[in-house]
Amino acid sequence: MSGKDYTKMWEELGLNLENHAGLLGVLSKAYTDIYLSQKNRPKAMEYFDFVISEVHGLRIEEILNAKEAGRKVVGTFCVYVPEEIVLAANGVCIGLCAGAEVGSGEAEKFIPRNTCALIKAFMGFKLSGLCPYVESSDLIVGETTCDGKKKAYESFNDITGKVYVMEIPHMKTAEDRKLWLSEVKRFKTKMEELTGNTITLEGLKKAASIVNAKRKALQRLSRLRAADPAPISGLDALLVNQVSFYDDPVRFTEMTNKLCDELEQRVSAGTGVAAKGAPRILVSGSPMAIPNWKLHAIIESSGAVAVGEESCIGERNHRDLLDENFGSVDEAMEKLASRYLRIDCACFTPNDERLDNIKALTKNLHANGVIHYSLQFCTPYMMEAYRVEKAITETPFMRIETDYSMEDFGQLKTRVEAFIEMLK
Amino acid sequence: MKALGIDIGSRFIKAVLVEGGEVSGFRKLDTSFDPLERCKKLLDEMPAERVIATGYGRHLLEVHTDIKTITEIKAFARGAREMFPACRTIIDIGGQDTKVISLGEPGAVRKFEMNDRCAAGTGKFLEIMARALGYSIEDFGSEASKGNEGLQVNSMCTVFAESEVISLITKGAKREDIAMALHRSVSGRVLSMAQRVDVEDEIVFAGGCARNVLLKELFEAGTGKKVRVAQNPEITGALGAALFALER
Repeated sequence: MSGKDYTKMWEELGLNLENHAGLLGVLSKAYTDIYLSQKNRPKAMEYFDFVISEVHGLRIEEILNAKEAGRKVVGTFCVYVPEEIVLAANGVCIGLCAGAEVGSGEAEKFIPRNTCALIKAFMGFKLSGLCPYVESSDLIVGETTCDGKKKAYESFNDITGKVYVMEIPHMKTAEDRKLWLSEVKRFKTKMEELTGNTITLEGLKKAASIVNAKRKALQRLSRLRAADPAPISGLDALLVNQVSFYDDPVRFTEMTNKLCDELEQRVSAGTGVAAKGAPRILVSGSPMAIPNWKLHAIIESSGAVAVGEESCIGERNHRDLLDENFGSVDEAMEKLASRYLRIDCACFTPNDERLDNIKALTKNLHANGVIHYSLQFCTPYMMEAYRVEKAITETPFMRIETDYSMEDFGQLKTRVEAFIEMLK
Repeated sequence: MKALGIDIGSRFIKAVLVEGGEVSGFRKLDTSFDPLERCKKLLDEMPAERVIATGYGRHLLEVHTDIKTITEIKAFARGAREMFPACRTIIDIGGQDTKVISLGEPGAVRKFEMNDRCAAGTGKFLEIMARALGYSIEDFGSEASKGNEGLQVNSMCTVFAESEVISLITKGAKREDIAMALHRSVSGRVLSMAQRVDVEDEIVFAGGCARNVLLKELFEAGTGKKVRVAQNPEITGALGAALFALER
């Protein structure tokens, strides 16, 4: 994918070079077919193309250089892990590989076949020696969002020896808030132990401003997608959201704002990626980890535009800012706990705010249809889809359950096309 | 103005020519290993000013020609409504997928359900089971009607269901009773799909499998409503496509 030869680096990280070359080949082909074939892309997407071409190269080199300079690397799987605490301890925070169907056979030695594709993927990536991020991590932070992940982390720790689990409550009562605050504080202590750095008020202030700036850039992107014609494809916007988990946060914010500057010009000029009036779809549900582009590719090759992702790789990641108005480390912990507990993951009960958020997004993004996307065996989202369907009464709605395989591509394409026909 | 609708299914390609508001031609060919060649043949034999393709293989024509496509959901909705203007629910059992489509007024698709992964309970399933029992697909329904209820085929998977059939044969079960059980298994699957879209009158059973009299009876028993079948139910999708081509 990239020009430079990183073989030595990958070898030293303990990757399986043969499998890894195969993965990069597949990824490169998929990227060319799905992304580079798009028409009318914003020029500023070149940066993100570059990031993808270097996703296992230059970015890993940067991370290894940071390690060399004494920083610790923290790998995460979930938007509940407070990035500010990692940064305040001078750590590097990255999302781990979980979006492709790799190493299923290996993974099935530890977890059942009927497990959600995301869990299977992070096990598979590790076991087949394909994820340089896992190998670079000093700590892997798991969380008790769903039963599948919770139990898989036990085996994942047996394999890697690096897993730390945060307990996410499943309700939002005063007692749950207390538990979560103590979990946030426990994580702060863990990060201090790991890095040997004390987390200070000043460090937290700086971290808060970095992460909030990133969220604001992503919010800006999200708002720009409300324009008709849509100035950017759903595929490209999804990619930017996916990259936000890997890239250096300051550089990412700068490049995303640059992209948004260009999109603003497009909006005023009336330029778009699809014709004005093209059907607009809000995708809601389970996260789409990189390189899971399956549903967006189907939607956008069927004449519609994906205008939003009500998802952890999307709105749930950037919708809420952290209140930066704190005067002590303790107060910062409280603000952090409260900010992160606002996330409306389907693992919570009740979770009515998610229904309200979907309704508001549908309206704000002028979506004509909502497609609810659940990964198969992702019980919280699969179950909640039915309540979403009942709540979304004014907009056509379709429920999809799928995984990373291409087995159901034909059926899915017919269903999505027929749904889009209903919107016209 | 002549308009042609081509429905490229997994088992058969159906083409309907509409002229002056009337169906003036219908052809049905095996999909075969070279459906594109089959389609070209149909296009040559049934020349028309406007053409729309539908069905599982619709994109084949879109890629190789400039022929526009619509999904079979939309095509069946239009075709069924043409044949039965009061139609609100369509059951279609195709070669590899089964759909239940609910229509609002004035005939637009309101909601639909279809199998998303496995092809159990489809036309191909019935075809394989008919063969395992030595029936022709044409007589399968009427022969099965002679059977008694009581046996059950439990497997959804076509491969396992076939093994189950063979095991019932070796236990001495009558083949018409097994045939009855297979039909009940298919209708059960389709009826549970129908419940998810809310079945409303009139119900139209479309697609080639609608010629199966037992399935029609089982759907009527299951829904408690009359199920209508056109004289040529397999033309529904191609007719809908032709009408869209005409009205475009």
